[in-house]
Amino acid sequence: MRATLVAVAVLLGAACGTASGGVSISVFAAASLTDTFKSLGSSFERDHAGATVKFSFAGTPTLATQIEQGAHADVFAAADTANMDRLKAGGFVIGEPKVFVHNRLEIVVAPGNPKRISGLADLARPGLIYIAAGPTVPAGKYASQALAKAGVQVTPRSQETDVKAVVSKVELGEADAGIVYATDVRAAGDRVSGVPIPDQYNVLATYPIAAIKGAGGLANEFIDFALSDAGQSILESFGFQRA
Amino acid sequence: MASSAPERRERAPAWIAVLAALGAAFFIVPLIGLVVRTPWGEAFDSLTAPDTLEALRLSLIASLASTAVALVLGVPLAWVYARIEFPGRTVLRALTTLPMVLPPVVGGIALLLAFGRRGLVGAWLDSVFGITLPFSTAGVVFAETFVAMPFLVLTVEAGLRSMDRRYEEAARALGARRWTVFTRVTLPLIAPSLAAGAVLCWARALGEFGATITFAGNFPGVTQTMPLAVYLLLETNPQGSFVLSLILLLVSLAVLVGLRHRWLGSA
Repeated sequence: MRATLVAVAVLLGAACGTASGGVSISVFAAASLTDTFKSLGSSFERDHAGATVKFSFAGTPTLATQIEQGAHADVFAAADTANMDRLKAGGFVIGEPKVFVHNRLEIVVAPGNPKRISGLADLARPGLIYIAAGPTVPAGKYASQALAKAGVQVTPRSQETDVKAVVSKVELGEADAGIVYATDVRAAGDRVSGVPIPDQYNVLATYPIAAIKGAGGLANEFIDFALSDAGQSILESFGFQRA
Repeated sequence: MASSAPERRERAPAWIAVLAALGAAFFIVPLIGLVVRTPWGEAFDSLTAPDTLEALRLSLIASLASTAVALVLGVPLAWVYARIEFPGRTVLRALTTLPMVLPPVVGGIALLLAFGRRGLVGAWLDSVFGITLPFSTAGVVFAETFVAMPFLVLTVEAGLRSMDRRYEEAARALGARRWTVFTRVTLPLIAPSLAAGAVLCWARALGEFGATITFAGNFPGVTQTMPLAVYLLLETNPQGSFVLSLILLLVSLAVLVGLRHRWLGSA
């Protein structure tokens, strides 16, 4: 039994170990950073000859859980501080996480806003299908905070696993509206429209970034790049707000 | 593991024994992991948590409903495949068996494009009847039936093909009408296949994840079935997700034990 287990471990180790040969880092980033970080990664690779950045995008709590379960990540970029704090408390983070960017919420609707949604209050309209990210996903938490600030009582018809899934369901026409980040509406181009949420009800999303235990120097270089003026300009060009 | 060698006369060569042991360990170690890591002390609390009970209730309702739908539609389909010769039968059977090998998430997307609010049939359902399936329990039943019904159809078809048709002929010769022959002779004769097909279908429906979350979405009590709850609990309450996983594992084990004569041979 023991020999078998050792053999299994050796086989699995051989199968998984080959990936980390070159100068590459693996960045786990919140789903809302998908397009932005791909662009940031290409710029980073241009600046650092021979370096490759591999991304894994998903809902922030999904990524945090994967890291806790031993997934190989060098950098973690979260869409809220709660999940980052959880990893820090678990001893998975090197040093102090740094806030690298902020984001605002917006209502995503079908192109041209056929249901004439003008604000958060309209989301509670009977017959209207409103969805959001799940309560553990940052975008879902921020959405409930915004609704609470506006005093609107509405339960989403579905709790999607990440914010991009909310955009997709609205784009497909399955849902009439969802609360997502302003950057998501922008990234989806003319496939959806956005309805702004006034400042008094809006929530400022805070994105921390940190290197994960076992990461090499390249991870810190990537973090520095995200915080640099060049990196911040790229993030800004996708609609994020400078940290 | 080495103690359960079935053949006594022949000894396995060392390399085969090692690889076979690895193969077996690959399946057994994860199961042991689940059992070892399950917090037995909190198991009852996790089980009776409101969210868990809701997911359990919804899973039972949806999987039983989709088994019922699969029986009503799948048995006639199996009968047609087994008894009627028509052009394109092989192609049709292949198409209706496809969900068995199709990635469930692809099934979910296909369902959206067919039965979603803007889907081929869904747009019509919405405009004429005001029915929308996504984000509803009916949508969960659709997704589960889509993925699970082929298991029933194939099992029942095999039963129909292997049964002795002389009983049907005798009943017919004695003046029984076709419906009577079907309900009083055919169905009782294929009862074991029918039961096995229904159980397989139910187990597959109970475990459905990909098509459900894609087509029906995720909301506690409405579309959040056990597998969805397990997946999402892993992020917030890993201990709870271990307990739910173990329940699903026990159900699967019970199904396997129940079907052992069909699957594991009668050796």
